Amino acid sequence: MKSKSKKSNLYSFWFVVPSLAIFCIFFLYPIVTSLYYSMTVWNFDSATFCGLDNYKMFFSENSLSSSIVHTLIYAFLTSGLKVVIAFFIAIFLTSKIRTKGFIRSCVFFPNLVSTMAVGLTFCALMHPTKGLFNVVLQAIGFSPINFLGDINLALYSVIATDVWKGLSISVVIYIAGVQSIDKTYYEAASIDGASAWQQLKSITLPLVAPSQNSIIILSLIGGLRTFDLIWAMTGGGPGFATDVMASVIYKEYAYGFYGLSTAGNVIMLVLISCIAFPLQHFLMKREEAIQ
Amino acid sequence: MKREKRRLLIADILGVLVTVIIFIIPFYFMFVNSLKSQQEANLLNIAWPSELHFENYSAVFSYANYQLLTAYKNSIILTLFTVIGLIFTGAMAGYVIQRRNDRVMKTISWVIMLGLMIPAAILPTINLLQKLHIYKTMFGMVMVEIALQTPFTIMLFRGYMASIPTELEEAARIDGCNPWQVFIQIINPLLKPIRATVIILTAVTTFNDFTNPLYFLPGADNTTVQLTLYNYKGQFSSSYNMLFADIILITIPMLILFIFFNKRIVDGMVAGSVKG
Repeated sequence: MKSKSKKSNLYSFWFVVPSLAIFCIFFLYPIVTSLYYSMTVWNFDSATFCGLDNYKMFFSENSLSSSIVHTLIYAFLTSGLKVVIAFFIAIFLTSKIRTKGFIRSCVFFPNLVSTMAVGLTFCALMHPTKGLFNVVLQAIGFSPINFLGDINLALYSVIATDVWKGLSISVVIYIAGVQSIDKTYYEAASIDGASAWQQLKSITLPLVAPSQNSIIILSLIGGLRTFDLIWAMTGGGPGFATDVMASVIYKEYAYGFYGLSTAGNVIMLVLISCIAFPLQHFLMKREEAIQ
Repeated sequence: MKREKRRLLIADILGVLVTVIIFIIPFYFMFVNSLKSQQEANLLNIAWPSELHFENYSAVFSYANYQLLTAYKNSIILTLFTVIGLIFTGAMAGYVIQRRNDRVMKTISWVIMLGLMIPAAILPTINLLQKLHIYKTMFGMVMVEIALQTPFTIMLFRGYMASIPTELEEAARIDGCNPWQVFIQIINPLLKPIRATVIILTAVTTFNDFTNPLYFLPGADNTTVQLTLYNYKGQFSSSYNMLFADIILITIPMLILFIFFNKRIVDGMVAGSVKG
């Protein structure tokens, strides 16, 4: 008991107060009130309660509810691609090649460039007639592709850009994971005659599980919350083909449907919680099972 | 042995080649097009400009009554105050949360870490800022940025605190320091490496932030560099040279940061994400 009081004496509660106050006022409080405002017709000055109408509207209107599907496709595809591609790049960059410093820097730099800049640049690269990608495609004998104008393709073009930009963080996390693996495992395995592929599959892959879990969670949440890349490249179009939850929230806000926009915000919050928390729990379990 | 060497050489060459094609060409594309005349830039190819037009850069700067200069000023003020606020509040909170492992702190820590996952409620935040009369002000924007980045910052500081032994603080305590002195004189100097990481990461995030200024800091006088980029998208739709000059101008600060702090940035991102 005495040591406890000494402890709380030394580590005063007041140290936490500034952070906690700012966090609660500007983050938590709006989230709590959003539950109420999402059930109102609202123009900031007055709010009229309307029950679940906004939610019904959100799910019945195809242009709105399709954004949920797009968000899920976007998040799972970007996350999956990053997990797989980054793994092989990390393996490549932890081998004995001499140019790894250069390659790592090149892969990493897009992460520091603003999403807006990357989005606008890729917009130009994906230009339907004169963009560089189509020039190359035509040069090797394919017909040009309307990357961002085709309803069925636009979302995947944005996803590809997202992977290009966000790959780096996954790569560096993997590299840290691979480098922390004890080298004696590989020595023992090669003495036993395991091939490089077997070593990769049976030693590296299971032992980078903690890094992999971080990457999955991080990129999935990032994908579910995505807004600026979509907004820079397509603005949700063509039609509603690339509208994700965050862009719908912005659009409804711009149209003045504040209640509906807030309902979208709450749905996004629920969606992320329903995916992220169980997934994290599952991945932790899996990590424990491996070790 | 010789065969292995040759294989490594091939891997080197292939690796560099693929990297250049996938990661360098887009930047090269931005750069050459920012130096072309309007007609040439609108062809959107990667040929070297027939004539170098450095005046594109000054044109972008003076465009719309030096809007980009205002934007730079706003972005720098926003970044500066957000970073300062975060390193103070975050270090203090991370320190006590890590040291006091009781139930209250665990609950507080859990609540704050929620912020890593769940998205902010945007319109209620705007409403709150309006009620507090700080909507469309730099102060309100800074507060929102601090609130959004607090969880990540505390996580980094808390993780680093775990590697600092408690004996120092206890000794200082016995020598008669009060809690505040212990923190300022003993702990604070030891936090230097992680503080550098936090400064760089939060500065990059804030400077590159588009979404939050879009919502919380509207208005021509309040514009930030990322918003000018978005506005120019429409206005420069037929003059790509100006658009790319703008992109290059906004990317240069990040490039400088990257050249100087490459290792620190990478290490910080790894530390931050793995411990989460």
